[in-house]
Amino acid sequence: MITLTERAANHVSDFLVKRGKGVGLRLGVRTSGCSGLAYRIEYADAVNPDDRTFESHGVKVVVDPKSLQFLEGTELDFTREGLNEGFKFNNPNVKDECGCGESFNV
Amino acid sequence: MALLQISEPGQSPEPHRHRLAVGIDLGTTNSLVAAVRNGIAVVLNDHEGRALLPSIVRYLGDGRVAVGVEAEAALARDPRNTVVSVKRFMGRGLKDVTHVENSPYDFLDSPGMVRIRTAAGVKSPVEVSADILKVLRARAEESLGGELTGAIITVPAYFDDAQRQATKDAGKLAGLNVLRLLNEPTAAAIAYGLENAAEGIYAVYDLGGGTFDISILKLSKGVFEVMATNGDAALGGDDFDQRLFCWILERAKLAPLSAEDTRVLLTKARAAKELLTAHSEARISARLAGGETVDVTVTQKEFQEMTRPLVAKTLAPCRRALRDAGLDRSKVKGVVMVGGATRMPHAQQAVAELFGQSPLNNLDPDKVVALGAAIQANVLAGNRASGDDWLLLDVIPLSLGVETMGGLAERVIPRNSTIPAARAQEFTTYKDGQTAMSIHVVQGERELVSDCRSLARFELRGIPPMVAGAARIRVTFQVDADGLLSVSARESSTGVEAAIAVKPSYGLSDEQITQMLRDSFDHAKDDVHARALREQRVEGERMLEATEAALREDADLLTAEESSALRSELEALRKTLSCTDHRTIKSGIERVNRASEAFAGRRMDRSIKRALAGRKVESL
Repeated sequence: MITLTERAANHVSDFLVKRGKGVGLRLGVRTSGCSGLAYRIEYADAVNPDDRTFESHGVKVVVDPKSLQFLEGTELDFTREGLNEGFKFNNPNVKDECGCGESFNV
Repeated sequence: MALLQISEPGQSPEPHRHRLAVGIDLGTTNSLVAAVRNGIAVVLNDHEGRALLPSIVRYLGDGRVAVGVEAEAALARDPRNTVVSVKRFMGRGLKDVTHVENSPYDFLDSPGMVRIRTAAGVKSPVEVSADILKVLRARAEESLGGELTGAIITVPAYFDDAQRQATKDAGKLAGLNVLRLLNEPTAAAIAYGLENAAEGIYAVYDLGGGTFDISILKLSKGVFEVMATNGDAALGGDDFDQRLFCWILERAKLAPLSAEDTRVLLTKARAAKELLTAHSEARISARLAGGETVDVTVTQKEFQEMTRPLVAKTLAPCRRALRDAGLDRSKVKGVVMVGGATRMPHAQQAVAELFGQSPLNNLDPDKVVALGAAIQANVLAGNRASGDDWLLLDVIPLSLGVETMGGLAERVIPRNSTIPAARAQEFTTYKDGQTAMSIHVVQGERELVSDCRSLARFELRGIPPMVAGAARIRVTFQVDADGLLSVSARESSTGVEAAIAVKPSYGLSDEQITQMLRDSFDHAKDDVHARALREQRVEGERMLEATEAALREDADLLTAEESSALRSELEALRKTLSCTDHRTIKSGIERVNRASEAFAGRRMDRSIKRALAGRKVESL
């Protein structure tokens, strides 16, 4: 199960409308980065047969089964730090993170 | 903890390898910075949530620099050290700056560009612009959470090489990697996604704070060509505020006000103008320093009536631009509105009537240029989305060429060529034994160099002595992606080379550029005639020189009679050179040609004999 906070969901919905296409949000991981795994956060234009989908505050979240092992239980939030703003993964699987939070290990 | 952005499918960046690129609208009145975030172009706001940074810089005695709202607040108090509208001085010499006497600044004329003496020392327009860009850069780096990979800065379509170079230098001075400069109307068109739209002609109507520009763009194969530009460098939204301000003075029967009261009332007038965009009336109330109170109500209808002449003033340049582009309005596929003042309903209506269609106005007209620049910067920084493999090109605004004999301009790169561009042309020597060649680089559409603008001069030396016309000198013009020119000349047999990067010392005003273009149309016939005349003069002089040289060398080949006949034709030709009809000179040349035919034949025989003398047939 993967969820979005309401704030994150509102932003994603807003971006999808402005972008003018897309069925939802695709989350995933790939092996790279200083701590082994890196998050992927992309627009989903299509859902593949193997994908798992979740619905959170009206936004469809698409995850491939391999990534889901590392993301199960994750809540995606949208926060602001000074002038910067963006998405943040609250991922219970993470054992250690690189200082930047862009990559992690389980 | 990094904050992540949504990428296009398959485009997630590697961790720590985000290519952050921004688009900057460096405006006369306000500047903005924008970036593509989550796949969408957005303007980056400051901590107060403001998108627009007033393009105002104040230099304080302790070396401190205030930019934007803070500088604007000190404008009335410290006008000499508070620089507004610095864009008007970019790449300009003192003599190009209009109304110096009305300016509060202590100008210093210096080679290349005017400078301003401030409490913090002498500042060039490039430095002042860089101070604005530094603030935008800091804002962008804080917003995007990292160092910028690159930036695109927009410039008016009519900016010449000097003004473009100055803008690029300002970017560098602010620590930006300027990916390229982009024409403002082109950026606006990109923001509307027109480059993906059908090919066609688009008009960009840009009524900014203090300037009005109209550009006619032609889109073909994803390339925007600037077909025509026009405008009024002294007309903008501020004039509407001023008009309303005067109306308030009359209505409230006020005597001329102090600077401080003027500022207060002007601010109120601007707020009322903005309110009247969506409301039928606005109330203006203020308490002045002297204790008087102002309380008037202005209706939308009254406001539109009093400012109608200002709107009308934008229409004439639009018609001229259409005429310069050789178009009537039915050919225009879309009209893009740029600049906050285009929100006024009567401006929208006037534009709709002039072009016979409703203008595109669903994007914020204050932000549209920065947004388009951000989209282009994102592509250039390598963050292109799938299927988006276009690379937008710009065109050069005026033809570039060199001066040839007789003061003629030989075009090497014609106007509206897409950039980057490189073209080469071969030239030769005019005189026997000529060992140097002066290369004079000019810009403009006219046939005579004296009617074009001189950009640079350099000399190619060390050409081996040869007969006239034998040397081959290849002159290469190269214009980089920002429209900046370098010229090189190379003699083919020896490889001697000379080159120059054109960093013109000062620029032309936009009126001058449009004037130059208009002149080239108006004088097309005269120019062709002048060109023909000069060409025949050069040919006549060359003929005289060559024939006289031949007579000195081989006079014995002619009888006294032949010799005097030829000499009299030469004399006749010399006299025609001062004629104003090229046909007279041409017939003189033809007569000399006929009179010297036999002589030329005999000379040819003699030189062959000389070449063959003492050599066996087998060795040939």
